[in-house]
Amino acid sequence: MTSLTKRLLFIVFLTIFSAYIALPSQFNLDFSIANFKVQKEIHVPKISINLFGNNFSSDIPLKKGLDLQGGMQVVLQADMTNIAAEDRDDALDSAQEIIRRRIDLYGVNEPVIQTSKSGDQYRLIIELPGIDDPKEALSLVGTTAQLDFRLEKEIELPDDSEENLELILPDNLGFVQTELTGKELKKANVQFDPNTGEPVIALQFDGTGTDLFAALTTDNIGKRIGIFIDGIPVVMPVVSTAILDGRAILTGGFDIESAKQLSIQLNAGALPVPIDILEQRTIGANLGEASIQQSVFAGLVGLGLVIVFMILNYGFHGSIAALALVVYSVLTIAVYKILGVTLTLPGIAGLLLSIGMAVDANILIFERFKEEFRVGHSYLNALELGFGRAWESIKDANLATIITALVLINPLNLEFLNRSGLVRGFGVTLLIGVLLSLFTGVVVSRTLLRSFAPILEKIYKKKDKS
Amino acid sequence: MKFMKHRWLFFLISAIVLVPGIFSLLTVGLKPAIDFTGGTLLELHIDKDINEEKWKELAGEELALQSVQTSAGDNFILRGKPVSEEIKQNFVNKVSEEVGEVEVIRFETVGPILGQELIRKMLWAGLILIVFILLYVAKQFSDISFGVSAILAMLHDSLVVLGSFSLLGYFSGIEVDVLFVTALLTTLSFSVHDTIVVFDRIRELNRKYPKYSFEEMADRAVSETLVRSLNNSITILVMLLSLVLLGGQSIRWFSVALLIGAVTGTYSSTFTAVPLLVEWNKRSKK
Repeated sequence: MTSLTKRLLFIVFLTIFSAYIALPSQFNLDFSIANFKVQKEIHVPKISINLFGNNFSSDIPLKKGLDLQGGMQVVLQADMTNIAAEDRDDALDSAQEIIRRRIDLYGVNEPVIQTSKSGDQYRLIIELPGIDDPKEALSLVGTTAQLDFRLEKEIELPDDSEENLELILPDNLGFVQTELTGKELKKANVQFDPNTGEPVIALQFDGTGTDLFAALTTDNIGKRIGIFIDGIPVVMPVVSTAILDGRAILTGGFDIESAKQLSIQLNAGALPVPIDILEQRTIGANLGEASIQQSVFAGLVGLGLVIVFMILNYGFHGSIAALALVVYSVLTIAVYKILGVTLTLPGIAGLLLSIGMAVDANILIFERFKEEFRVGHSYLNALELGFGRAWESIKDANLATIITALVLINPLNLEFLNRSGLVRGFGVTLLIGVLLSLFTGVVVSRTLLRSFAPILEKIYKKKDKS
Repeated sequence: MKFMKHRWLFFLISAIVLVPGIFSLLTVGLKPAIDFTGGTLLELHIDKDINEEKWKELAGEELALQSVQTSAGDNFILRGKPVSEEIKQNFVNKVSEEVGEVEVIRFETVGPILGQELIRKMLWAGLILIVFILLYVAKQFSDISFGVSAILAMLHDSLVVLGSFSLLGYFSGIEVDVLFVTALLTTLSFSVHDTIVVFDRIRELNRKYPKYSFEEMADRAVSETLVRSLNNSITILVMLLSLVLLGGQSIRWFSVALLIGAVTGTYSSTFTAVPLLVEWNKRSKK
């Protein structure tokens, strides 16, 4: 096999593979040609492979941003005025953790909960896809965590117990509230048991808290004390001794990860931060759905027109460019899916823009070819000369676009630069577009042209004679 | 073709486009969206028609409506002060009492601090980008005349885009938001994209044929690259135009900004950057 054949095979294989990834697992064909109606549901069989405990599936959904699937974005400001400077990072982490917990309980698909610090501004950025009740969602994220200590209650079963039991249990789970709350908790942190080396959680109370906790533990040895956040228990240790100095240790088979998680949650009660809403955006799901359809349609029309333009302008060469462009489009979608790019509306604009830019390489090659062919070079020589300069020009010209895309994406997450999802969405698709077009423009087009050269040569010779 | 003979014509064309835009920029300025100023944007779909007076009355002082617009699909776009979810809900309820069913298409509210921060961030992004492009152009062309001409063409393009949106803001109430700035930054890269290609050719020809005058070589470089530059731009314009015409409401003005950027970026490479270079070369020789 020659290296050209190998390359061609590689491209064919890559395209088929990408098309397979790019196609949704199920789509509907619904159109009519003349009086013949086609209406069919097509299923693409998808494979999933289990490799070294990781699941690889060829059925990767295209991630849609908030603006496409509808939902809500909130930027929250954490008010740190009452929190000591050294505890502020912990307090922010705790607030994040508590909000994540509430959102998980509420059940939201793929929520994003980020913290952001700039100077003395502590913020949380929350994205909730598919939320259609902003009021409820805001109560999830906007309220401060309530932590309290509750004491196990001996349930006295009334005579007609059966029904009542069900009523009592789910509500307060057999615990009664005590006076001790998160306000009296100074801090929770992870420590290691000096004897066993196991991670434990140390709680530290303030003055009032020490007294309350001492009274609570003295009277209730052997009973359980539940620590509740927002009315839901997070841990229920059994009191083993009376604790008089306000320093409690929770043991009980934590690993480091779970101990850390728990202490973060407890700190949300110990370091409560009031939260203000700085920004809120709610997008109805219908708007996104309509936008997708419109922009996909716009993309297909544009792609079609570009192909027509290339064929009208460059004839047979143009159809090869069109072929390369289709390969490019399929590759791009596959790359989005594999890298998990979140597609936003500006992202789609970036994609369309990059399709428009992707034919540049072909145009460069063809124009150069025309020049060289005109001055009397043979077909093959002219083609090779066309390739020669194309790479240099494309590389130089695209560098500026790559830099722009990088500034927009802000990959280092620099604080002083933009971190908005919309702008990034555009930057990402533009960058992927430019990088892929370097590949298809140079490698794919070149291989295709070389492979078809024997056929094309005859056509061009005929043209020359006529 | 002797393009460069007509360079004053090209400068005149630029001036015709630039002057109204710059005038508008200086007098009216741009119309910043809530991204930058803070405020509320509420897009509602109702089946009845309400006039602006009525909207303002319903909104009351808390929402303090500044503008009411109708958009595609008989939606109303209301703009006012930043408000909480509760106030918005009350307002929607009031509207619903008046006209029946109300669908909230979009609700955005941005506090004023974030707006100022965003302006700062976007300025940084612009600054970093310009520095990078300057370094890049300097590396590409050791001759200062090339670098300065490329940068002036870039400035030309930014002003065209900014000016157009100032005019659009004045006449059609189009606002500039964070996506507009994104489009503006992308315009910068469009602008240098083509300029670099044609400058490369001028430099190459100049070296190859030192006997010919600079202007002749510039003409030749332009005719050699023009078709490619035009064809490439046409494909970009085709994609952007279909996005503007068919792509739906939400990113229409973003696409328009990109489109204007692409057009002026293509024009300026050949008809601003090169004439500037020729002019510079002439003057420095005298």
